[in-house]
Amino acid sequence: MIISIASGKGGTGKTTFATNLSLAAAGRGDRVTLMDCDVEEPNSHIFIKPEITATEKVHVQCPMVIEEKCTGCGKCGEVCQFSAIVVINKKVLTFPELCHACGGCFEFCPEGAIMEQPREVGELQTGKSRGVDFVHGRLRVGEAMSPPLIREVKKRLEPDAINIIDSPPGTSCPVIESIKGSDFVLLVTEPTPFGLNDLKLAVEMVRTLGIPFAVGINRSDTGNSGVLDYCSEESIDVFVEVPHDRNVAEAYSRGEIAYDVVPEYAGIFIELLEKIEKAGKAGAER
Amino acid sequence: MKELVVISGKGGTGKTSIVASFAALAGSSVLADCDVDAADLHLVLKPDIKQRENFSGGRVAYIDPDICMHCDRCRELCRFDAISEDHVVDTVSCEGCAVCAFACPVEAAVMKESINGEWFISETRHGTMVHARLGIAEENSGKLVTLVRNQAKRIAGEKNLDMIIVDGSPGIGCPVIASVTGADMVLIVTEPTLSGLHDLERVADLADHFGARIMVCINKADINPDMADRIEAMCVARKIPVPARIEYNTVVTAAQVEGLSVVEFGDSNVANQIRALWSDVKKQLG
Repeated sequence: MIISIASGKGGTGKTTFATNLSLAAAGRGDRVTLMDCDVEEPNSHIFIKPEITATEKVHVQCPMVIEEKCTGCGKCGEVCQFSAIVVINKKVLTFPELCHACGGCFEFCPEGAIMEQPREVGELQTGKSRGVDFVHGRLRVGEAMSPPLIREVKKRLEPDAINIIDSPPGTSCPVIESIKGSDFVLLVTEPTPFGLNDLKLAVEMVRTLGIPFAVGINRSDTGNSGVLDYCSEESIDVFVEVPHDRNVAEAYSRGEIAYDVVPEYAGIFIELLEKIEKAGKAGAER
Repeated sequence: MKELVVISGKGGTGKTSIVASFAALAGSSVLADCDVDAADLHLVLKPDIKQRENFSGGRVAYIDPDICMHCDRCRELCRFDAISEDHVVDTVSCEGCAVCAFACPVEAAVMKESINGEWFISETRHGTMVHARLGIAEENSGKLVTLVRNQAKRIAGEKNLDMIIVDGSPGIGCPVIASVTGADMVLIVTEPTLSGLHDLERVADLADHFGARIMVCINKADINPDMADRIEAMCVARKIPVPARIEYNTVVTAAQVEGLSVVEFGDSNVANQIRALWSDVKKQLG
């Protein structure tokens, strides 16, 4: 089963939910893989503290022109939709940072004059902690495109395990890459106007993708009733409401897990996991 | 004309609340919301939209079922798994690379312009605002960010205004890179948590990579004063000015619920701290 934890707005508690759910599942004796797909700013490792057992570089294939073979015909520049390879006065220029690694220039060069040259997009690390198999990607600073690295992280999905994906914030391509293929998405929000606005965008996103979902409200005793009113109007299930707790916020600031600091949290997250599993199965059957 | 860009690395640290207050304090500036896939600034500034334009950031493939011979060539070459076995394009996965269109022997695969967002020029009580909405699950947020910034610059030039304030997005990927390149000053809003510190280091590396001048503001500093000290020490070591700490206070949420910036909401410590921050930022900008 694949469960994604997402949110339109950043800082609502995705990582808190993903890490605590993972520990709740492991505590029950289940096999669980936690995949941090927020490769721009991965934070799950701060809380799970895995012992990293493997680190590998992830590359995409960008073009390198073999000048002796190139006739300057311009086909590669015509094919490339991203201006990553352009031909000026029969001279080919490449801009690897713009390359989407579609392979078009290699494929269509009539002279076979383009070789693949790897560009590092980041690294992938795997490890284990407290019964949780852990994997995350770390985007290379300066790299604009995260989806290829996210795809690599998701190759570590364990079909027979509970897979929990910590998604990046927002609603654009990195988020889609993270959550697509999930059996269930939990949208974490906070009950404020910003939280509500971004929740609506996130709901539109998961509906577009056709994935069953529910909402988790963090710091539920702050702000106003806007999020609850919206969920009720839209008949969206609210699976959990977690009130603000200064102790939990301070524990979070030190990189500690809520689960360890406030014992009641274990029960909250086990109950949440059970609700998600039930709804996810119903969704899969539909 | 000076351009100030506010980013955070980690989401939910308070970027937009601070930008809204800066807008009120600046009196006359041009505002640009570059968090195009989860924009929130409009919830406080309540823009009156004067001009609305479609944004087309790219193209997606379409395979005409009446022409397609099901030779499968396109599917073999597509590196984004965007073509189904019966040769229908999944527009969410399609990267717009056009490899299928070049490969198709019968010209069944063609590229179509996709409208993937909207952008607006609006009037607010604190000046003109340029903002946008990226369509759900769309790409090219970087292009839309660049468009919003360019429009803001054009307006500032025409109206002879000397300040542009940009609300950026979380992370370190494509929209953030598009926000910081060429800015006169990047203000990074962080929080005193291990996640905040981790994400700050990465986004500061990114800003350095693109040669931007940086300042850091530690928001909600009293959640963990020791961690705030640690962040400040890291900044001092990197010669990054830390002009202000802002305390955690529920007045920030209360102002948001009322649709006001904190400095408009009445007297509070937070309002005074933001005023002090603004005067430092202005001094540094020169």
